[in-house]
Amino acid sequence: MAKITLSKLKHSYLPDPVSPDDWALKELNLEWQDGGAYALLGPSGCGKTTLLNIISGLLKPSHGKVLFGTDDVTDLPPEKRHIAQVFQFPVVYDTMTVFDNLAFPLRNRGVAESKVRPRVEQIAGMTDLTDMLNTRASGLTADGKQKISLGRGLVREDVNAILFDEPLTVIDPHLKFQLRSKLKELHHRVPKTMIYVTHDQTEALTFADTVVVMNMGEVVQTGTPEELFENPQHTFVGHFIGSPGMNVIPCSVENGHVVVDGVIFRTQNDVPQGNPKGTFEIGIRPEFLKIADIGVPATVNSVADAGRFRIAEVTCLGHSLKLLVPEDQEIPADGVVLDFDPNWTRLYRNGWLTGGKD
Amino acid sequence: MNKTLNQKAWFFVIPVLVLVAFNAIVPLMTVVNYSVQETFGNNQFFWSGLTWFQEILRSERFHASLQRQLIFTGSILAIEVPLGVMIALAMPRKGFWVSVCLVLMAMPLLIPWNVVGAMWNIFALPNIGLMGKMLNDWGFDYNYTRQVGDAWFTLILMDVWHWTSLVVLLAYAGLVSIPDAYYQAAKIDGASRWAVFRYIQLPKMKRVLTIAILLRFMDSFNIYTEPVVLTGGGPGNSTTLLSIDLVKIALGQFDLGPAAAMSLIYFLIILLLSWIFYTVMTRNEDQ
Amino acid sequence: MIRMRWLVPTFYILFLMLPIYWLVSMSFKTTNEILGAFTLWPQNPTLANYRTIFTDPSWYMGYVNSISYVTLNTVISVSAALPAAYAFSRYRFLGDKHLFFWLLTNRMAPAAVFALPFFQLYSAIGLFDTYLAVALAHTLFNVPLAVWILEGFMSGVPKQLDETAYIDGYSFWRFFTRIFIPTIKAGIGVAAFFCFMFSWVELLLAKTLTAVAAKPIAATMTKTASSSGYELGLLAAAGTLTIIPGAIVIYFVRNYIAKGFALGRV
Repeated sequence: MAKITLSKLKHSYLPDPVSPDDWALKELNLEWQDGGAYALLGPSGCGKTTLLNIISGLLKPSHGKVLFGTDDVTDLPPEKRHIAQVFQFPVVYDTMTVFDNLAFPLRNRGVAESKVRPRVEQIAGMTDLTDMLNTRASGLTADGKQKISLGRGLVREDVNAILFDEPLTVIDPHLKFQLRSKLKELHHRVPKTMIYVTHDQTEALTFADTVVVMNMGEVVQTGTPEELFENPQHTFVGHFIGSPGMNVIPCSVENGHVVVDGVIFRTQNDVPQGNPKGTFEIGIRPEFLKIADIGVPATVNSVADAGRFRIAEVTCLGHSLKLLVPEDQEIPADGVVLDFDPNWTRLYRNGWLTGGKD
Repeated sequence: MNKTLNQKAWFFVIPVLVLVAFNAIVPLMTVVNYSVQETFGNNQFFWSGLTWFQEILRSERFHASLQRQLIFTGSILAIEVPLGVMIALAMPRKGFWVSVCLVLMAMPLLIPWNVVGAMWNIFALPNIGLMGKMLNDWGFDYNYTRQVGDAWFTLILMDVWHWTSLVVLLAYAGLVSIPDAYYQAAKIDGASRWAVFRYIQLPKMKRVLTIAILLRFMDSFNIYTEPVVLTGGGPGNSTTLLSIDLVKIALGQFDLGPAAAMSLIYFLIILLLSWIFYTVMTRNEDQ
Repeated sequence: MIRMRWLVPTFYILFLMLPIYWLVSMSFKTTNEILGAFTLWPQNPTLANYRTIFTDPSWYMGYVNSISYVTLNTVISVSAALPAAYAFSRYRFLGDKHLFFWLLTNRMAPAAVFALPFFQLYSAIGLFDTYLAVALAHTLFNVPLAVWILEGFMSGVPKQLDETAYIDGYSFWRFFTRIFIPTIKAGIGVAAFFCFMFSWVELLLAKTLTAVAAKPIAATMTKTASSSGYELGLLAAAGTLTIIPGAIVIYFVRNYIAKGFALGRV
């Protein structure tokens, strides 16, 4: 077991990448601590599966290095890396029994048969497969098959990390929650590094201690679920995480002030001096936008009931915004006044939080 | 898929039923009719019961052709199936070369059977054929029109040339239907090349290979035109397979009774062997 | 080892092409060259053999005949198989499994067994030596095959498609012709390809059921080869020409060939 380090990693599927769009993965540096529960979150086509396959060794990166601990494994094939991977669609060896499926990785590595049985039984116990050990794997349901895939990963004691590539895609909704809890529980019992790729924020935020958000072949932010929610480093993170996502309003910076349509806003982060160039936006989450007595006037377009609160859609300074309103608060139909809390209002330049990465 | 019970579906089947019944039942009845009668010419027929069947089943000649037929079918299956699978495994999975391979490989399948025979006849002629001439130049005493061994060698080589592509196409269709994730999982599980073949590729090809073997079995048992054109059943009777023998009896000697009885026995053997094979191959799936 | 893998299909294709090359090269040689010296390629290429074929009606009519009955057979086989395959893929009915198996057994019937009875049958109903006779006779093995392939494709189409169409107020025949047939057009293509193929290559029945008017090209060939001595060049040219329609058909369906077999079910 070891820390996984990705150093100056870049990948392109084309032989001669020219424009930025030719890169499936733009240059990134990442460290995955030993025993951590990570999620790799992003929309389809953002490069997260590419990244996963580079870690497991199914794909060789065109630039950069992959280190396990201090060993450079960039050129090692998957079977030498001590990595397990669970795929989107369940992969089981149809002609074998569940037992033989779980024993397969051990037998391939020449583990003595006397050691195979107790290990397989132990893993079957963890993954709730004990009752089915002697049935044919082809007859199982999708979630049973995913458990076999997972079990094949856990069965090897020398595994550095277990990678999950959207493992719940084909699972029935009511079983998804169950399997996710099982994963979480297994991570507590078997403290191995787990990297979970998904486009579903609920899956990512409930499973992982650290979430890596990717967009267009780039890592936009790495952090705990709280950090991603409270302090998005990029408007994309604000948008993608949270439901509804962060409100983003185009603005300009004039003489060190943030201005939207003539109104000056105060923000939590630093505002550049003078009249800098670039595309500026302010972002505030619907949770922190409040109806108040003094502030910016807005008209109410619609109100939707979402259970414990309501989601109001308003027009403010010509921009459509969303805010969460508690059940008991009244929403005047003829217009409201909005309070932009400076502690939760942030300025972004070209998408990125100012004062951070530019 | 759940199918609904609907007896009106029979109406959909009627056109097929009429066509096939007309082509299968009427001629089959004719054959059955001949098989139980004796004729002395002049269209006079006498009931002869099962005499013809007994005669055929006891005849040395039938045993000999049946034996040759079994050796032929056994040999070509033993060569074509493994060879076809091997070629399919080595074929590219995507890209421009796939089409090139498929088109070129399918060509022998679309050549009329007697042209196949004629082509090989010319190709293997010891004096002017490319293969025959080459073999003789290299010091082999090769002459398929005179030597039994050479005739068999040429016959089997021709069938391998003609039909291996069918196995390749089927096996290839089975292979390309395997998702990449299976190969990736096997790599991660540390599976050897053999284990990948044994536990992933072979199980996924099983269904198409069943079709391939069944088709090759049926068609090789029915083979007539190619060997007739190539060797004419000779030298002597050494390459006279069942169909050739049957036509010799029926049209050559006009012994309709024995020919008809032989036809039926022949047909029953194919049905029986196909049924056994089919049952064995599909039995495991039901478990 | 992986890098050398391409050698396997390459050598195989080379093996496939050798006899074809010999046939084609011989078709451009003069009879003297064929029988005289052994040459790897034509020393004095000649088109005389092809000229003979294209100017003599007893030759080129053979092609017209072959193509006519093959096309007719493909049309009959596929149109009869369509409704039957639909019935097998969608409904259960009395004796369905037995019927399906019985159809397949006809695929196993040796042509040699049926040659003589076919001759008598088609003579009796006055169809002897017509395109229709050969086309109908070939349905014996092509209809079961077409039903088998089409049933496989149709089973892959979810039943919801049918149900949605009925709810939208389509009558059965409008649904079948406007929606269902376009959906499985790949399957129809594959079935037609195999019908064409097996009808084109079969000779025993085709030869038995024809004399002059509908005689297939392949039969013309054998006759010429035996009656007018050893005109190998002419024979080779005619043989070469019979390869061409097949090659054209393969080119058009190349992307479906592999799939077609996979979807037919046992």
